[in-house]
Amino acid sequence: MNESVDDIRTIVTSTLRALLPAPVELSDNTNIMRDLGLDSVSVMDFVMETEECLDISVPLDRISEVETIGDLVTMLHDLKGGD
Amino acid sequence: MSLFDKFEPLNAQYVRLEAIDANPFAITFDHVLSPTEAMIGDSRILLLGTNNYLGLTYDTEIVTKAVQATRAFGTGTTGSRIANGSYDGHKKLERALKDFYGRKHAMVFSTGYQANLGIISTLAGKNDHLLLDADSHASIYDGSRLGHAQVTRFRHNDPNDLHKRLRRLADVPGDKIVVVEGIYSMLGDTAPLREFAEVKREWGAYLIVDEAHSLGVLGETGRGLAEMQNVEPDVDFVVGTFSKSLGSVGGFCVSNLDDFDILRVACRPYMFTASLPPGVIAATMEALHQLRARPELRLRLIENARRLYAGLTGLGFCLGPEPSPVVSAIMPNPETAFALWSDLLKAGLYTNVSLPPATPNGLALLRSSVSAAHTPQQIDHAIALFEQTGRALGMVPASAATHASHHAAASPSLSVTSA
Ligand SMILES: Cc1ncc(COP(=O)(O)O)c(C=O)c1O
Repeated sequence: MNESVDDIRTIVTSTLRALLPAPVELSDNTNIMRDLGLDSVSVMDFVMETEECLDISVPLDRISEVETIGDLVTMLHDLKGGD
Repeated sequence: MSLFDKFEPLNAQYVRLEAIDANPFAITFDHVLSPTEAMIGDSRILLLGTNNYLGLTYDTEIVTKAVQATRAFGTGTTGSRIANGSYDGHKKLERALKDFYGRKHAMVFSTGYQANLGIISTLAGKNDHLLLDADSHASIYDGSRLGHAQVTRFRHNDPNDLHKRLRRLADVPGDKIVVVEGIYSMLGDTAPLREFAEVKREWGAYLIVDEAHSLGVLGETGRGLAEMQNVEPDVDFVVGTFSKSLGSVGGFCVSNLDDFDILRVACRPYMFTASLPPGVIAATMEALHQLRARPELRLRLIENARRLYAGLTGLGFCLGPEPSPVVSAIMPNPETAFALWSDLLKAGLYTNVSLPPATPNGLALLRSSVSAAHTPQQIDHAIALFEQTGRALGMVPASAATHASHHAAASPSLSVTSA
């Protein structure tokens, strides 16, 4: 199975929505820590949920490079072997 | 812009704590009276927040050995074992650890933090893969960042998630090294080591177990969780600390792997720091001897742990998943944790506050830990103070069972899904 960028974006945003206490506007430019108030461990926990859906493992140094939802989507797509 | 601007959010929290005169991160004991009591100003405080599991810090024989070694060998070594030489005591302690664990090799580090930093960063090379339990201690995360291996984390205490991750790596070159802990320091829960051992065998991975909180606490002879679950042959490396049950300071790693000793000249956190002072080494030697010779300490510790766990459960506190020397009450938020902590201290009881990101699942914890040195009366007194203080804060309902129930098999209410 090879998810498209859009599929991955849907996984990321729906995972985030399930995690956040209140509904928020999410876009590729949303800064995950600053705008959503997640600490470093919450970010790792959240990425773990997406790993499960995509059946991939994300190395921690790749997570620390991520700032926005867009960055994360690109990185996950890349790890998934997308084109 | 100032250099310290990035700490502004942290600083704001810290200042708020100072303002309400309840800063658990800045507490000072003016005198320490025993493993279980200290003075803050004129107040006598019952200590329920140390890692002094076996209560050995004031043991006469241990203190005497430390003093004698200090007189004979001086206060410090003033250098590293590689650059400036080992003392006889370092070698003796390594022999004692090898004998205790029944393993061929042992290396002593200056702290447990450095033992993890050194072992993890050195064993896992550039093309290797480290797989960490998600709830790992900071020293395990830091060790994995110091090295050059690829690092991923698996769900806490979840052998199935580890299995999936090793499967994804099946065709990727490089060694796979799994890191877990014996007892987790935040909630006091233990790892399912048997299942982890099966997974690591299936995929040909190596296993490191940090027994920091389980040495002297678990297992027939106190070797820890691997001994208790009968999986020692599957554990390639045991890491541990002298700073908890052994009551001194320092860390170690033991292993049966043949070429282990080459780490002495490859492991930077071993090579580039001063070795432990003679007094500390001598105290640790004697404490290890007592750990082995006095199994009753372990039994008393476990009894105290059960007593506190049952007492707090009876009051309606939501605790970690199993009784252990670490007994953590899950608080609804950090403010409540600080309020309870501060009122307990005013009532004469010292505990710990643990907050995210150091805690799992964003939990705020009021953490207690017991010692073999606590008397049952001290534990009951602590429970009574929890009751009184918790009631005043509206956390303990008036009808909550008091500590009359502590011998009942408590059925803890679990709110921690990861455990
Ligand atoms: C799981 C774990 N590993 C390692 C350490 C570090 O031990 P030390 O205090 O000897 O540096 C600790 C102590 O905080 C710990 O809880």
